[in-house]
Amino acid sequence: MRDIIVGELTQAAQEIFRGFAHLLPRLIVMLVIVFVGWLIAYVIRAILRSILQFAKFDRLSERAGASQLLTHAALPTPTELVSRFVFWIAWIGFIMLGISVLGIGGLQEHVERFFFFLPRLFVALLILFFGLLVASFFARAILLASVNANFPSPRLLSISARTIIIIFVLSMVFEELGVADQTVILAFGIAFGAVMLGLAIAFGFGGKDLAQRFLENRFLRERRMEKEDEPSPL
Amino acid sequence: MADESILSDDFIRQLIDVGEVDILVGVPTHNDAKTVEPAIRAIQAGIVKTFPRERAVILNADGGSNDGTPDVIMGASIDEQHRSFNGYTLRTLHAISTRYANSPSNAAALRTILAAAELLRAKACSVICPESSNIEAEGVANLLRPIYRDHFDFVAPIYRRHKFEGVLLTNLLYPMTRALFGQRVREPYASEFAFSGRLASQFLNRHQWNEETKDYDPELELTVTALSDGCRVCQTFLGTRSPTKRQSRDLVDAMRQTVGVLFSSLDGTFSVWSAKTASQPVPTNGPEFELSVDPLRINRKQLKEMFSAGVVELESVLRSIVSSATLSELQQLARADEDNFRFHPELWVKTVYEFAASYHKAVMSRDHIVQALVPLYRGRMFTFLVENRTASAAEVGNNIESLCLEFERLKPYLLELWNGRK
Repeated sequence: MRDIIVGELTQAAQEIFRGFAHLLPRLIVMLVIVFVGWLIAYVIRAILRSILQFAKFDRLSERAGASQLLTHAALPTPTELVSRFVFWIAWIGFIMLGISVLGIGGLQEHVERFFFFLPRLFVALLILFFGLLVASFFARAILLASVNANFPSPRLLSISARTIIIIFVLSMVFEELGVADQTVILAFGIAFGAVMLGLAIAFGFGGKDLAQRFLENRFLRERRMEKEDEPSPL
Repeated sequence: MADESILSDDFIRQLIDVGEVDILVGVPTHNDAKTVEPAIRAIQAGIVKTFPRERAVILNADGGSNDGTPDVIMGASIDEQHRSFNGYTLRTLHAISTRYANSPSNAAALRTILAAAELLRAKACSVICPESSNIEAEGVANLLRPIYRDHFDFVAPIYRRHKFEGVLLTNLLYPMTRALFGQRVREPYASEFAFSGRLASQFLNRHQWNEETKDYDPELELTVTALSDGCRVCQTFLGTRSPTKRQSRDLVDAMRQTVGVLFSSLDGTFSVWSAKTASQPVPTNGPEFELSVDPLRINRKQLKEMFSAGVVELESVLRSIVSSATLSELQQLARADEDNFRFHPELWVKTVYEFAASYHKAVMSRDHIVQALVPLYRGRMFTFLVENRTASAAEVGNNIESLCLEFERLKPYLLELWNGRK
């Protein structure tokens, strides 16, 4: 009995040792890949940071309105954020590569899925960045036009336009990422419809006086213009 | 060489029939049949009287009129002018017309006139506004004479104006072009002016015509080209200015066509304007300015309200354009009541220069920068109207002169902003 137990234990120990001896080189290769990956990701981050600083990416993000969002969320500057993000993506990529070298069944599929997801992530981030840029541009254009046309509540108009564009952009981003895309589209449709209906009702009931005042102002202004001279600026 | 591709075959045939000319007078039109005749009569009379021996052509560049404007121009008989002045031109005074497009465009009209001037090797050219009911034969001659006889390259007009007319000109365009380019041209954005064949070719070939938009006015850029290229520039008095379509355009649009063009032209002329330190008067035929002081009813209150609302609502936009010190002064001003409101020259000049530098650095869409200046201009206009409410013509002239000197004094500030030292 004792011999059997010792024999089994010896065999198990030998198998573990064989398995470990079999895995050790792969583990070392994985560690090397992870270390080299870290080095490469670090270099990529440094290069990317320099390029973004040279291209004044922070200023561009400021114009896109992204900087303000980051500041409110107590996040670092856009250059730093993008650099760190690319560093982690690159390093995680290498870690995944290293794990795939181990040849552990089941993990392989996750690694493949990760690499398959990367292009979609980049496209989603691009959509988000340019979407914020477009939202910022149109919000400012509406603000300026409303102020110069002496419309009431120009900032409200501008913020409304920005919000609608951002909601639209976020729905595109989620769709690209494949995150509950049907739900997001449905939610977007319901939310957009609700906002529009809400605005219509609000303008219809709440804005009655405002609309009346606006029309009166316009009408009166036209009447005033009949009496007043308007010297040409040129 | 003129870009012949923009000229139609029929128009080139007309130009070939005319042959080389000494004088070319361009009349850009669009549905001006009711007003164009006095201007054409004045042009004919000016040529008959002053240039009887010269080869001359009146060129109508039409932007798709449907009221028969080209027919009115082509049908205007010159016999009456011969009888009035008891003289005859020794050469035929040609009149030709072309439709450059089916919709009006000042840029396309000027380009057609410049291209024709180059092909016809015209020595002196002028552009006359078809709505100029007040222009006289002497005015046309006074525009062309300095170019043809005295070898000037550019003649700008001077008009008799009401003291409150042209506030954008007197408070921004004139002082700023004067401070930057060192020459005192009072009407840098004119619809009537004259230029030499040399300047026509230079501008035609250098200007980025492919960037033009339908609503782009190149006149101010032509003036800047003349000032920055060392051309000989003078001014001539043309009497009271007739009301024109471009005067009645929206303020935002007016700012785009003038301030936007001026800011944009500073990029390519930096080496010239950065080297100028003071301004010189330019030779002037007639009074340097004439202002009428008849009482006007103007809604000043609305100007002040729109300024204050603009500063409050556009805070986030202005923060990206002007310095924090300037923004803080503007905000303080926006809170002031009408009696204590004074947009003083130093703040106005600094604001304009900071806008120009931000436009250069393109801190945001350049069109948005120009639009953001509109409410601030309204504030400056309010102050100008209040300060000069009871002022005589001479006092208004002195106030404009002080503002010009402020623009000149603060020019180093613009250079510092431009070079990124502030």
